[in-house]
Amino acid sequence: MAQSEQEILEGLANIVNEETGLDVGDVQLDKSFTDDLDIDSLSMMTIVVNAEEAFGVRIPDDEVKNLTTVGDAVRFIQSAQG
Amino acid sequence: MTVAPKGTGTIQSATGSVGSKIRGVGGYRPERVVPNSELVEAIDSSDEWIQERSGIISRRYAAPDESVVDMAEKAARDAIANAGVDLAEIDTVLVATVTHPLQTPAAAPILADRLGLRCAAFDISAACAGYCYAIGIASDLVRGGTATNVLIVGVEKLSDWTDFTDRGSAFIFGDGAGAAIVGRSDRAGIGPTIWGSEGNEWQAIMQRESWMEFKDNPGDREFPALTMQGQKVFRWAVWGMAPVAHRALEAAGVRPEDLDAFIPHQANMRIIDAMLKQLKLPADIPVARDISETANTSAASIPLATERMLREGIVPSGGLALQIGFGAGLVYAAQVIELP
Repeated sequence: MAQSEQEILEGLANIVNEETGLDVGDVQLDKSFTDDLDIDSLSMMTIVVNAEEAFGVRIPDDEVKNLTTVGDAVRFIQSAQG
Repeated sequence: MTVAPKGTGTIQSATGSVGSKIRGVGGYRPERVVPNSELVEAIDSSDEWIQERSGIISRRYAAPDESVVDMAEKAARDAIANAGVDLAEIDTVLVATVTHPLQTPAAAPILADRLGLRCAAFDISAACAGYCYAIGIASDLVRGGTATNVLIVGVEKLSDWTDFTDRGSAFIFGDGAGAAIVGRSDRAGIGPTIWGSEGNEWQAIMQRESWMEFKDNPGDREFPALTMQGQKVFRWAVWGMAPVAHRALEAAGVRPEDLDAFIPHQANMRIIDAMLKQLKLPADIPVARDISETANTSAASIPLATERMLREGIVPSGGLALQIGFGAGLVYAAQVIELP
């Protein structure tokens, strides 16, 4: 079942917090995973796999590099949930 | 016209043993210690950055004139001494490597000759899973009666195959050799091997181009070193390999809490940590973390880590260890073994 943008953002923020310890409030739609949140590629992969499980979607390896900002990831998850 | 068999002869089968076991392990670490500081300039990086991403502090590099076979011989002699076997008892030599620089012949017959042996000898190309592949093959050779004592060596001189300007892999690899002797036993000292391949991902870790491409136009080409799609490999290794490790435990009839050690291929400390999270092993089980001072030595990493843990008294002789190798191919293999 499709979730709202806000629900996905909150879920994703919790996943990011669990992997990196970053404050949930820091995970905003306009933030870049690498430049703003300082998340490296391996942590990103962990976040991706945990997001797949949490949101019931598939995020292919090749798609991960296109997910620059938190908003990119939220929109991808939302459209994948269709 | 039909041809009928004579039917006068009967083939006899070789007689093996009920079980097999690892009788001893050995290792060889090249003399030269290479700290991260030696590698950072070419990849515009720092010691801190490398440690954060890989857990690697330093690695060993072989001397320029030190070959794969040279290193293999040293590890082999160490394993033979630790196992307490006579050279004459060894009747098969298996070398797992991807860095022996001759297309042919294999490293194993050259190694056998160095040891004064004329027994069966061949190489296995299963990259970072090579040692676990070799343990599985050797165990079945012994149980099937084809061999009585198999010398296995996992050996790599990855420094020869490293692109020192590639940020994704320049700091990952190291050189070394680890060896084991697999012999007969009246009970199972090596559990069933759970193995497989995912060749659809063959480009995830590979020699950058084939020798034929290199040969056709060598002029302005760089040496075809190894390349790796780090994120793809990380995902596969962590979430793909945890179920394989569980299957190896189930096949051996061993519970996680029965283990005395977990010895995964030393690919990257982050992979080891993330894999542990997936495996949910009891927290008090010693885990091989040899990678910090050895880096990723591919086929040599598991026997080197095993040798070290035994030598340092971190794991007990006679204890049970879960070992899992995974790498280029992509290929993987896991089994439970009794530590020698």
